Amino acid sequence: MKLIPSCKPGASGAVSAAAAVATLLLGGCAGGVMDPKGPVGQGNRQIIVDATLIMLFIVIPTILLALWMAWRYRASNTKAEYLPYWSFSGRIEAVVWAIPILVIMFLSGEIWIGSHRLDPFRPLESDQKPVEVQVVSLDWRWLFIYPEEGVATVNELVIPAGRPVHFSITSSSVMNTFFVPQLGSMIYAMNGMVSQLHLQADQPGEFRGISGQFSGDGFSDMTFRVRSLPADQYAGWVASTRGAGPVLDQTTYAGLTRQSRDTRPFTFGAVQPDLFNVIATRQAPPGPGPVAQYGRETTPASGEN
Amino acid sequence: MFGKLSWAAVPLHEPIPMITSVVVVLILLGVIGWVVAKGHWRYIWDEWITSVDHKRIGIMYILLGVVMLIRGFADAIMMRTQQAAAIGESTGYLPPEHYNQIFSAHGTIMIFFGAMPLVIGLMNYVMPLQLGVRDVAFPTLNSVGFWLTAAGALLVNVSLFVGEFARTGWLPYPPLSETTYTPGVGVDYYLWAVQISGIGTLMTGVNLVTTVLKMRAPGMSYLRMPMFCWTTLASNLLIVAVFPILTATLAMLTLDRYFGFHFFTNEAGGNQMMFVNLIWAWGHPEVYILVLPAFGIFSEIFSTFSGKPLFGYRSMVAATLFIVVVSCMVWLHHFFTMGAGPAVNTFFGIASSVIAVGTGVKIYNWIFTMYGGRVRFEVPMLWSMGFLVTFVIGGMTGVLLAIPPADFVTHNSMFLVAHFHNVIIGGVVFAVFAALEYWFPKAFGFRLHPGWGKAAFWFAFVGFWVTFTPLYVLGLQGMTRRLQHINYPEWAPMLYVSVAGVAILVVGVVCQVIQLLVSIRDRDKLRDVTGDPWDGRSMEWATPSPPPMFNFAVIPNVEGEEAYWGIKTRAIETQRLGPEPVYKPIHMPLNSPVGVITAFFASVTGFALIWHIWWLVILGLVCAFAGFVWFAWRDIHEFEIPAEEVARIDRARRAARRAILERVAREQGKPA
Repeated sequence: MKLIPSCKPGASGAVSAAAAVATLLLGGCAGGVMDPKGPVGQGNRQIIVDATLIMLFIVIPTILLALWMAWRYRASNTKAEYLPYWSFSGRIEAVVWAIPILVIMFLSGEIWIGSHRLDPFRPLESDQKPVEVQVVSLDWRWLFIYPEEGVATVNELVIPAGRPVHFSITSSSVMNTFFVPQLGSMIYAMNGMVSQLHLQADQPGEFRGISGQFSGDGFSDMTFRVRSLPADQYAGWVASTRGAGPVLDQTTYAGLTRQSRDTRPFTFGAVQPDLFNVIATRQAPPGPGPVAQYGRETTPASGEN
Repeated sequence: MFGKLSWAAVPLHEPIPMITSVVVVLILLGVIGWVVAKGHWRYIWDEWITSVDHKRIGIMYILLGVVMLIRGFADAIMMRTQQAAAIGESTGYLPPEHYNQIFSAHGTIMIFFGAMPLVIGLMNYVMPLQLGVRDVAFPTLNSVGFWLTAAGALLVNVSLFVGEFARTGWLPYPPLSETTYTPGVGVDYYLWAVQISGIGTLMTGVNLVTTVLKMRAPGMSYLRMPMFCWTTLASNLLIVAVFPILTATLAMLTLDRYFGFHFFTNEAGGNQMMFVNLIWAWGHPEVYILVLPAFGIFSEIFSTFSGKPLFGYRSMVAATLFIVVVSCMVWLHHFFTMGAGPAVNTFFGIASSVIAVGTGVKIYNWIFTMYGGRVRFEVPMLWSMGFLVTFVIGGMTGVLLAIPPADFVTHNSMFLVAHFHNVIIGGVVFAVFAALEYWFPKAFGFRLHPGWGKAAFWFAFVGFWVTFTPLYVLGLQGMTRRLQHINYPEWAPMLYVSVAGVAILVVGVVCQVIQLLVSIRDRDKLRDVTGDPWDGRSMEWATPSPPPMFNFAVIPNVEGEEAYWGIKTRAIETQRLGPEPVYKPIHMPLNSPVGVITAFFASVTGFALIWHIWWLVILGLVCAFAGFVWFAWRDIHEFEIPAEEVARIDRARRAARRAILERVAREQGKPA
């Protein structure tokens, strides 16, 4: 029996009831991080569950001990012994230091192994060549460039199921975090820097993508849809996208960097080669920020004072 | 003439800030009018505003903290209700530009102007009394520190009525906080408010560290100090070590914004992650600056209400100092998702978890303090038990967040929000409420009504868990923090439950207000005539309630741990007090308006800097400096309390003590 809350029905009534409670407590199946759809997310969840169980093993007895101690030695309980000067015991001290040290040593192993195994920069083991996707966070949209396919999308990420995806991530302006909760690890999008992330969706499906780092007025709706398609459908999507729609080059990119709350997805049929590199090395100007007055601002936007 | 300031800065067309402004201004005018009409002005100026008495300053800090706690709580109510209201098609009642100010103000106010003044106020009030001394090392500096903190709080609140507050979160991450992306005055309000109060905090840190190191009563060696004095020392050492980092970091951002420097900009080689590193090099120790004094408070309460010394005192001291050192080596866990690489993440992950060793030891020591005790469930003890249960769980989720691969899916999520509220409310806020209940009779001479106190505790405890458990769940469902609008209707039930929790918390707050009012009404019934209402163990309980200005008529000679417990036990055993000491005149520092005047001009300067009113900046600076020199430069800085007056006050105290002895003798069935 696995102790991980699962979305599949349990084997027996008691197990499924326990699983249902655990599932509810641990975040349900509704597209969260406890319902992963790929190897990275499963690794993240495994660590959360393992570490929680290790710690609960100590935490629950500690809470019970605290409550029992307070109740047993309540002032009205004259049966309990009263030791008004008792304030030291070498043995208890040794245990008291040993318990947290042992738990943390145990967890340190988990940290060490987990940090290396689930390092976002580390390629996933697979017999298939990863799909390259370059991600640019805009104010307040997401741009996905497929350099090998020569297409690009805004606010919709289409990936093939069962094949690793290698994301190179940067920002056109302020910091954001690229995060697809059901696929696993998130990582910052930072202007002038490129972060790497390797993810994979095992099955076809639709997932939510969000920014996990506050980035301004349009942040809340800076969401994107992730569609994981079977390999043939993915190839079909690439073929139908390529050549259709506008071309993404430095001029159209400059338009995208303006602040916008229009979150509708659309595609580019062609992409200027090396555009991502131009953006990441700051050869393309960063997002201009607010151009109109917002709210209670009293001065027009300007780069300098 | 007025820089960027114009009538457009006043939010005349926005009802929420406008109504709030009007109400606050009316309340202020009402209070001032009442003070003037009743002729209390002189008293307030002489006894409070210009006071350099650590007890008065401590109470003013706490008052400031409580008012700001309520302001921050109002922000919290708006955030929870906005998120519950703005799901799917609905946009709620707060547009992003307003909502973003509210969560930024909530964090800034709660940390800098709520929690910090409360904790510093308690340290200020209690620590010199526990050390058996008459004041802190630098009484006038103490006053300056307080008024600068108040000046910062004033600027934050002015931003509600004139202009706007930052919309960049409680830590303004660049490049969002640079002028390119946030051109308004909000970030400038944040910068100058925090800088001005930060100077005050640093002064307090220097002052309290010096007090503990140099001002203890004779015989009060380090290992005889009450635990709260140890945690005060630890907390203030951290202030001295890390607040300069905050000042420098914000100064660099200020240079970016005002003079086109590019420390953290996108252009010209700036690096935003430098800011993030630096701000958390201050920010993580800041957490321990707040929670270490809380640990000290709980140590005092567990020991007092168990009727026993603290278990493993030396172990507690070691754990405290261990936390001080390690807390400065963990800052990167706030941004594992930067992509620093597995080796760096492993180091900071393990370092962060290691802090839990120190905290774990403390938890067990508090539990074993109760072992063999006679535990009295007075209100402070209820808060402490509530803390124990809550904090253990908060610590567990904290260690979870310290594991990099777990953090990769919970970073910045509602899970994180739930975690840090779990430790800050469960740790710091519960401690402050316990402490206010515990030391209130010392400060004001009467206890708080226990019935309303218990009600307040239960509502706060239940309200806390109903509010924040759903946020843990939402975090695991993938909900990130700071959302003004919710795109996924599946999250609605949990958000509604959270609002219900806030409603329970509101009832708790109302209970506390009622408790205060009822206690003031019934103060004669609740009067503490003994000076020792809880059967205490440390030196503050040797003084009458409230203590005289000079605290101790004769500086006590400390002969062991738990100094007052020793004196008290001896007196009870021998059935008499020690011989009456020879009273001598006492020299106390004179009041000084230097703090309030410097802080007034610091506020003016800050306001002028925010609005780019350069002539006023120069005027404010010159006046602040001139005022400082004028009032700080004096030939006589002490006055004398005559020996007869000291004797009169102390004889009254001794009479009350004799009454205790007689009562104890009666209870034990011996003749007095």
